[in-house]
Amino acid sequence: MPSAELVQEAARQMVICNACRYCEGYCAVFPAMELRRAFSAQDLSYLANLCFDCRDCYYACQYAPPHEFAVNVPRVFAELRADTYRDYSWPRLLAGLYRRGGLAGGVISAVSVAAVLLLVLVLGGPGVLLSAHVGQAAFYRVVPYAAMVLPALAIALFGLAVLLAGAIRFWRDTGGSLREMLDGRALLRATADAFTLRYLAGGGAGCNYPDEGFSQSRRWLHHLVFYGFLLDLAATTVAAAYDHLLGRPAPYPLLSAPVVLGTLGGVMLVAGTVGLLVLKRRSDPAPAERRMVAMDVAFLLVLLLTSLTGLLLLALRETGAMGALLAIHLGMVAALFVTLPYGKFAHLVYRYAALIRGAIEQARA
Amino acid sequence: MPDRFYDVVVVGGGNAALCAAITAQRGGADVLLLEAAPEALRGGNSRHTRDIRYMHDRAGAFVTGAYTAEEFWEDLQRVTGGETDEALARLTISESADLGDWMPAHGVRWQQPLKGTLHLARTNVFFLGGGKAMVNAYYDTARKQGVEILYEAEVQRLNVDDGVFRSAVVARGGASGEVRAKAVVVASGGFEANIPWLKEYWGEAADHFVIRGTPYNQGRLLKELLAHGARPVGNPREFHAVAVDARAPKFDGGIVTRLDSVPFGIVVNREASRFYDEGEDFWPKRYAIWGGLIARQPGQIAYSIVDARGAGRFMPSVFPPLQAGSLTDLAGLLGLDARALVATVEAFNRAVRPGSFDPSRLDDCRTEGLEPPKSHWALPVDQPPFWAYPLRPGITFTYLGVTVNRQAQVVLRDGRPAPNLFAAGEVMAGNILGRGYLAGFGLTIGTVFGRIAGREAARHAVG
Repeated sequence: MPSAELVQEAARQMVICNACRYCEGYCAVFPAMELRRAFSAQDLSYLANLCFDCRDCYYACQYAPPHEFAVNVPRVFAELRADTYRDYSWPRLLAGLYRRGGLAGGVISAVSVAAVLLLVLVLGGPGVLLSAHVGQAAFYRVVPYAAMVLPALAIALFGLAVLLAGAIRFWRDTGGSLREMLDGRALLRATADAFTLRYLAGGGAGCNYPDEGFSQSRRWLHHLVFYGFLLDLAATTVAAAYDHLLGRPAPYPLLSAPVVLGTLGGVMLVAGTVGLLVLKRRSDPAPAERRMVAMDVAFLLVLLLTSLTGLLLLALRETGAMGALLAIHLGMVAALFVTLPYGKFAHLVYRYAALIRGAIEQARA
Repeated sequence: MPDRFYDVVVVGGGNAALCAAITAQRGGADVLLLEAAPEALRGGNSRHTRDIRYMHDRAGAFVTGAYTAEEFWEDLQRVTGGETDEALARLTISESADLGDWMPAHGVRWQQPLKGTLHLARTNVFFLGGGKAMVNAYYDTARKQGVEILYEAEVQRLNVDDGVFRSAVVARGGASGEVRAKAVVVASGGFEANIPWLKEYWGEAADHFVIRGTPYNQGRLLKELLAHGARPVGNPREFHAVAVDARAPKFDGGIVTRLDSVPFGIVVNREASRFYDEGEDFWPKRYAIWGGLIARQPGQIAYSIVDARGAGRFMPSVFPPLQAGSLTDLAGLLGLDARALVATVEAFNRAVRPGSFDPSRLDDCRTEGLEPPKSHWALPVDQPPFWAYPLRPGITFTYLGVTVNRQAQVVLRDGRPAPNLFAAGEVMAGNILGRGYLAGFGLTIGTVFGRIAGREAARHAVG
């Protein structure tokens, strides 16, 4: 659970906001706040996860520091979210990774890449890494089928289970039955809000990144990352179907569906993650929270390296670098999936749950 | 200090000053804006606002119906009791007609009325994010347009020869310098944050006043203009004040310290006596008089008391209520004479006549044979727990100002207008709102006269 001081501080700020309400037009947080008079730790973690960190409220706030009320909602909510991601993940040992997002991301990436390289060396010898492999099932000559598919499947399933368990626990703790979650209209509304990033639009003018001026840059960059990620997921799914249903293992020709989807997704991911990293670097530190920034940067870097190595592999797959690049790329993919439930990716799960709760509450109110 | 000769210098950093600076720059003038506050606290009292009243002939996306010039004028006459310059008032109203377009064109964004303020949904339009968001938008517009802005720049003196402005003496960062310009717009607010000045009229009572807005409204420029022969307008003793929580910060507490609990219980003074009809009229209409009422009570303090029936019926406030299981214990918490409080409440409860309680209309729940009466929403105060909020007068603005003409030129005592000395905003609002209060109207005056002052100052400076 978040510390008592953090809960008390967040509740203090919410009481001020609830007596003011000037920000109620910005996002879903303030209308949800207005349905309450007191703020429990659970209420606050729900509200915190409903916050998209657009910062409109911070720059509009007449009580922001240096005012003695020192209201800084984006910051206190970022602290609460970091605690949510930690508290609802499992096992506790790995949940500790949240405390050192950047370091953990780096270590896990390095270990994963080294592990795959080692695996290839042990299974195939150094020659495999340094020679060109072309033609049908060339990738499996570098990493055998079972070694590629089984660990990946295990890691992904484990991550999915951790996130699902976290989401269920979060939903129950913030006060709802699971049956309640299956509200068609609320699901539709929450999904639309998530896919359009409605609350990063700031009512039209955008959000306050990197500073108090309004811009749509964060929203568009986030779209690039999110939809790039989905395209890459689609590419992988289509490739798996080709391999297992049609008996056509990778690599595929340049104009095949997996390569086109994957390349487009990869380019979007590179552009989006680089853009967001630049935006983070330039943005005002006052409404930011240290742990969350570290987590953001770690996740963006792992995503960026995964996409970059994937694109490189595509470009150089007919050269002698192919073996090593494949090993490195697979290592990065492994790192990405290992860290998914313990890093910034988790925001997707808790924010979506909070959006559903918000939609249910507003429909009732 | 910038060593340049400006066309127009604007003194102040709130809504009126920004509207003047933007308009003067657009009129071709080289403009310097001098804001006394640091950047983070810029914007004067405008940062605490949230909506503006303006004339419009039909409903729109953000207003629910028409608000005609005639109705606007009637509202103004009613609240001021006639203490208004009709020509300037009608000018303000007619010039407000395009605010719905002008403000968004300069970066301000609208939103639906906030919950709890629906009584203003027809006449007023609300800013997305409130007054500070509006002020931020104007600063952004002004900066992009090329207005030069200096923060923590305090104008200490104006050099004026027989009504002609020459220069301003400005203190900044321990140094002071002289800024020369062809014209000046004074838009630096009233004097409500100047406690020693308030004491000239209110004596020691002023120590107990809470100032809801910026501590930078010291009225230095108002005093300076009066010293240079400007004709005063408005009652210097009077201010607009609402009831705020006595635990509020001395300055800048803004909206969150106000209390809406009054109609749902009783209000007693330090002697535990009631002193005014808590149910006289709807709270939005009566809200504005309670600061003045409390300012005239002993010790400038009062206590709003509600029981379990009243709790939760009003907007939450920022400080928790003082709570007790009995009136005697509550009196102990408040430092009131317990027997006196119990007697007051019992007398009130005995006088309450049965009726059907309805906060949405002037209902028939009232007292009989009680002085002062409670005319509506009177329910017995007898269900524990009992809640109390200590109340103080929360000063919003002062009425004293300088007289201006239709060109926003300062009018001198002998009736001559000062050729290059303009005023806008709270420093001249007393011409139009000599008394009373109309929600969102201070900003209307500031925006209309800010634009007029900016336009005329630029015309004077660059022809």
